[in-house]
Amino acid sequence: MSNYTPFHDRHLAAGGRMVDFAGYDLPVQFKGIIPEHRRVRTTVGVFDVSHMGRIEVRGRDALGWLNRMTTNDAAKLDVNQAQYSVLCYEDGGIVDDLVVYRLADCWLLVVNGANNEKDTAWLKEHLSGDVEMKNVTPAVAQLAIQGPKAEPTMQRICSADLARIGFYWAGRATVAGVDGLISRTGYTGEDGFEVYFPAEHAGKVWDDVFASGREFEIEPIGLGARDTLRLEMKMALYGNDIDKTTNPIEAGLGWVVALDKPGGFIGCEVLKKVNEEKPARRLVCLEMEDRSIPRPHYRILAQETEIGLVTSGTMSPSLNKGIALGYVQRKYAKADTLVAVDVRGRAAPARIVKPPFYKHGSRK
Amino acid sequence: MANIPEDLKYTRTHEWVRLEGDVVTLGITDFAQHELSDIVYVEVTTVGKTVKNEEAIGTIEAVKAVSDLYAPVAGTVVEGNESLRDSPATVNQDPYGAGWIAKIKVASQSELAGLLDAAAYAEVVKKSVHH
Repeated sequence: MSNYTPFHDRHLAAGGRMVDFAGYDLPVQFKGIIPEHRRVRTTVGVFDVSHMGRIEVRGRDALGWLNRMTTNDAAKLDVNQAQYSVLCYEDGGIVDDLVVYRLADCWLLVVNGANNEKDTAWLKEHLSGDVEMKNVTPAVAQLAIQGPKAEPTMQRICSADLARIGFYWAGRATVAGVDGLISRTGYTGEDGFEVYFPAEHAGKVWDDVFASGREFEIEPIGLGARDTLRLEMKMALYGNDIDKTTNPIEAGLGWVVALDKPGGFIGCEVLKKVNEEKPARRLVCLEMEDRSIPRPHYRILAQETEIGLVTSGTMSPSLNKGIALGYVQRKYAKADTLVAVDVRGRAAPARIVKPPFYKHGSRK
Repeated sequence: MANIPEDLKYTRTHEWVRLEGDVVTLGITDFAQHELSDIVYVEVTTVGKTVKNEEAIGTIEAVKAVSDLYAPVAGTVVEGNESLRDSPATVNQDPYGAGWIAKIKVASQSELAGLLDAAAYAEVVKKSVHH
């Protein structure tokens, strides 16, 4: 039996096609993946992301401990700033990717829904010093409002001046009259916000967001379009593109790995070595040169020899062609290298391209 | 509830079949197109070939997933619907009409005996619905 997010009744009312995802009954689509994808790229769409795990961290030693657990440098964060980061195992493999918020009264970690229990256990296992951790997932609703019209939609119902909240910054505010946190973050490549507030007000906030965005033809967006939107931006998905068998350097996440931060972090020694010696493989973007569509686990070929595997693949609604992420041996990882993807026994031509696939996102 | 026309025959793998002389026109059912959603590519890879019953004769790509199209009867694949090349979404919009996918010249009339009527296919659909 799946759990329900606080917006479950709204999904049913909007005709969502429900599936189990990360232990929650969530909409995979409403109207269809392609129209929902276009809605977010052109105006504004709303995602229930309450299945994500939310963990508050407090205590005198919270910063030092967080910096030991995560790869990015949390010491660089000001109050109300957020950063993308990674939790690694000792061997450099990835426990999860996450967003770390520094708030006035606590730290907030937002982790993948499917990894919430695993991450919580991993963090607890490593607790030390004056650090207190509280998983607040069920008590807090999380809604993402994404698209070029996200700001005008939210400004009308938000007490904060959103023009003053930059990319990966946050602020306490009332949204639809409800006290919460709003940040300019997301997983689509478009401008947009995520709001966090007490779960009991979910219906009220949902309804006010939709009323406010009506003139932009605001619509609910399912997991299907969430996946195509993130994939067009080369944003990694845990379980597909990254997992315990991949490290952040080869995954192209070196920009959130602070190898030189004081005291290091779990996995630091291994990742330093990987970085110095250069990884044997890299996560690359592949664009199909014909009409075929790559799927996870398809083989990537060069001169008929396997050089890697597709980890995520789809038809890109924006480019109207097949796109994929996959790991290939480093010597094939350069942009414009011609390779092939084994599409059910046929070597379909593909080209390594520079990220992102979609280059017109409205993200500020 | 999915549309299941009375005058067609069906398979357990959600193809429909219309017999005209010794040629069957086939496609995927309304239930199947709805389940797949957003069909973006249809390919019949076996035109001109003799195929066995339940053999894969082509593929249907939706945004999220690919599925095989199976021969509902043994025979020779005589035609694939060329217009789907440029407008695969026709399968979503009109699965029993303009969204037909292939035509097979049946090997023998006895091939048709194993197909389901609308009532039997409705039972298959009922069991396939996950909620």
